Amino acid sequence: MTDTLVPPAGPAPSRGRPSGRVKASSGRFPLTASSGIGLGVALVWFSVLVLIPLAAVIGAAAAGGWGAFWDTLTDAQTFAALRLTVVEALLVTLANAVIGTIVAWVLVRDQFFGKRLLDVVIDIPFALPTIVAGLILLSLWGPDSPVGVNIVNTRQGIFLALLFVTLPFVVRTVQPVLIELDADVEEAAASLGASRFTTFRRIILPSLVPAIAAGSSLGFARAISEFGSLVLISGNTPYETEVASLKILKFLEGDNQDGAAAVAVLLLIVAVLTIVALDVISRRVARRG
Amino acid sequence: MSIEVRGVNKSYGDFVALQDINVSLPTGQLTALLGPSGGGKSTLLRIIAGLESADGGSVEIEGTDATRLPPQKRNVGFVFQHYAVFKHMTVAKNVAFGLEIRKRPKAEIKAKVAELLELVHLSQFAHRLPSQLSGGQRQRLALARALAVEPSVLLLDEPFGALDAKVRKELRDWLRRLHDEVHVTTVFVTHDQEEALEVADEIVVINEGRIEQIGTPDQLYDEPANDFVMGFLGEVTQLGGVRLRPHDIDLSTTPGAPHALAGVIVRALRVGFEVRFTVEVEGQTDPALVVLSRTHARALDLDVGAKVWLRPTTGATSVPVIGAGLGVATA
Amino acid sequence: MADTREIRARKGPVTYLLRIFVITYLAVLVIWPLYEVGKQTFAPTKEGAEGGISAFLERLSDPSVSYAFNLTGTVAFWAVLINTLFGVGISLLIVRYQFPGRRILSVLVDLPMSVSPVVVGLALVLAYSTGKGWFGEALEGVGIFIIGTTPGLIMATAFVSLPLVIREIVPVLEEIGTDAEMAASSLGASGWQTFRRITLPSIKWAVIYGVVLSMARSLGEFGAVKIVSPGAELRGETATLLIQNRYTNYEEPTAYAAAFVLVLASVLALVVVSLIRKEDHS
Repeated sequence: MTDTLVPPAGPAPSRGRPSGRVKASSGRFPLTASSGIGLGVALVWFSVLVLIPLAAVIGAAAAGGWGAFWDTLTDAQTFAALRLTVVEALLVTLANAVIGTIVAWVLVRDQFFGKRLLDVVIDIPFALPTIVAGLILLSLWGPDSPVGVNIVNTRQGIFLALLFVTLPFVVRTVQPVLIELDADVEEAAASLGASRFTTFRRIILPSLVPAIAAGSSLGFARAISEFGSLVLISGNTPYETEVASLKILKFLEGDNQDGAAAVAVLLLIVAVLTIVALDVISRRVARRG
Repeated sequence: MSIEVRGVNKSYGDFVALQDINVSLPTGQLTALLGPSGGGKSTLLRIIAGLESADGGSVEIEGTDATRLPPQKRNVGFVFQHYAVFKHMTVAKNVAFGLEIRKRPKAEIKAKVAELLELVHLSQFAHRLPSQLSGGQRQRLALARALAVEPSVLLLDEPFGALDAKVRKELRDWLRRLHDEVHVTTVFVTHDQEEALEVADEIVVINEGRIEQIGTPDQLYDEPANDFVMGFLGEVTQLGGVRLRPHDIDLSTTPGAPHALAGVIVRALRVGFEVRFTVEVEGQTDPALVVLSRTHARALDLDVGAKVWLRPTTGATSVPVIGAGLGVATA
Repeated sequence: MADTREIRARKGPVTYLLRIFVITYLAVLVIWPLYEVGKQTFAPTKEGAEGGISAFLERLSDPSVSYAFNLTGTVAFWAVLINTLFGVGISLLIVRYQFPGRRILSVLVDLPMSVSPVVVGLALVLAYSTGKGWFGEALEGVGIFIIGTTPGLIMATAFVSLPLVIREIVPVLEEIGTDAEMAASSLGASGWQTFRRITLPSIKWAVIYGVVLSMARSLGEFGAVKIVSPGAELRGETATLLIQNRYTNYEEPTAYAAAFVLVLASVLALVVVSLIRKEDHS
């Protein structure tokens, strides 16, 4: 029941009994001639596709030196876009941490008709092309809204779009952990006198925190860099509804590559920090066993 | 009586887990619920703890009717086979949990935790996480956690089942000594007859949802109520018309003893200090199993192919064979 | 898999409150908007005309629409093909071989997932565009143009969906270990035979799963494509770009119809994925 399109990054759910599962041997071989050639080809392609272009971004951002980089980012309009992006992403992340946990909880612990369907619905925002996600939201909350609410060019609109595209992250990271949770532990807490709420707060929630954190950081990274779903919704008004990714596009269209690169580098840093954070979290979880 | 179970029934769909269970356990006693897996013994323990509710019947703990009480209100300590420690809490925090729930003063909690960690020999690990403990240590931690709230009864569900043989034996002896020290009414579930015989004051044999027999280890071993209890408590073999224990067979290399049955040794196996002979007995389809001490076997100079005469030793525990087909229980 | 433990099965008012909250939340956030899109897609094209399938097909009959879907299909096909070959190869190298920089490489191949699509597009432009890119001049010299052409679209799409195959295969390779492979080579199998007869069958479902995910992602890629494509009608306009262009040109019905096709493709991917998961578990 956890078919998921969300990449299972972050802490691996601890499986099974404390005795641990038997893992097959995983020895690594030294490179042979043919595998060496394979590695070479793969590295060349990876460099051409990913590493060189990303280096070009950093190069362009650094071209004007630290001063130019700093000036671009602190330019009032750019800074407003960056601040809006971070604030909206944080709000959405916070909302997801709570709501995502609740959704995961209901999907795992409750039993009711239609639950399977809801479980599939969770994946839809991730499976949909981002531009389609934006369009879908506009069909209900756009200019021709059947409920008379138009979110185009509002911060609420940005919040809603980000909420939509980041829906699966926390749910899908928390769900497997919740499934694997040992029922014995909850029974132990109950027989020691803990109420259901206390058991949740002191026993279950702490076990979920790494998963919530992992899902949240994935969601945050996604929200920071979101583009497609915002193109139609955010009106791109400077100081009001302009977000970082759209600012990059605007810089590019205005033939300001260095400005675009400066904002892009900032987004790259966030991406890298997220990966590092996830790595740290998963190591911590692995240590706890 | 500390625990009084009356007329308890429990089914899961079509499967009857427990059927009209009546048992009373006196205060301070160490009782084993013994039986094969899936026989209902764990279900009974969990019903006593309130982790499962019976379909019918009642459970009384220390004189109060607990049938409808949730587990939180029963004041029982429960120890799980797989420890069920709180992984994110230190050893000391684990033990303190029940006391914190009860809102005891901080100083009292601290003292009590220290006392219990002392009791289970984990004092030096107080600030470690459970993942840094061995299986045996985790189970001692689970025990300390359960005892911290001073439960009226302590319930252990296959407490040593997940541990390896050596640790299991150590912990078993240790549980017996601990019980002699703290004297809390204790019930533990096991499928290991040796464990039950060694540790318990009284054993309740449960099979297929029913109680087969209740008695002291000696009673059960010497006067099994039926074929099942006899078979479950130790190795059983067949000789003539009776079932009896392999070490209760007298083996001689000469005929002459009254009622002795003749046979031929077809297999001899040395296991540690004993020798196990498989003997084809005349007029019997299944071979008999005879266990002799190694010295005894050597004195008789026995080997495969030797002709021997078998008869039950005097005073041997035996039950008549009911029909055929009941296989010989092997250890 | 209902919980048999009473401690979890017990239901209180909070259970029902949470259930109602979750149903409402998902209904308002996802289900209702989806329903509205469906409604708009199948609405009559003009007053008094018939709605339904014919209206939907009429909206897609435009040659620029079929061009866009053709282009999207071509780009997705090549991107997925490249990613699958690269993904299987690099997964084997990372899991089975020891070489300096192995750990760093395994982190780096995951990076494209976290990079904003806009940044991906920008990166390709800054590296390869004629005039602005590092290698633009050099490539122009040998007559290669990447930005604004189909190869550029393929690269942008391959970039964003690069880790998907790897992410599926690596855990499976780690899980199955090398026992069977070593047994095979001890029985005289060559490296290729071992791969084809032992390794490949065991990672088969992971590969298929990764391919489906990459396909879904590639069909729907927007941000990166937006930047490297000229994006004009019949000239580098993929399906997603078409949706944006039509919507902003007040041709919403066409936008909704094209979007509906992509929704169907996504839902199909979801169904396939859940079927594969089932197959894999059995």
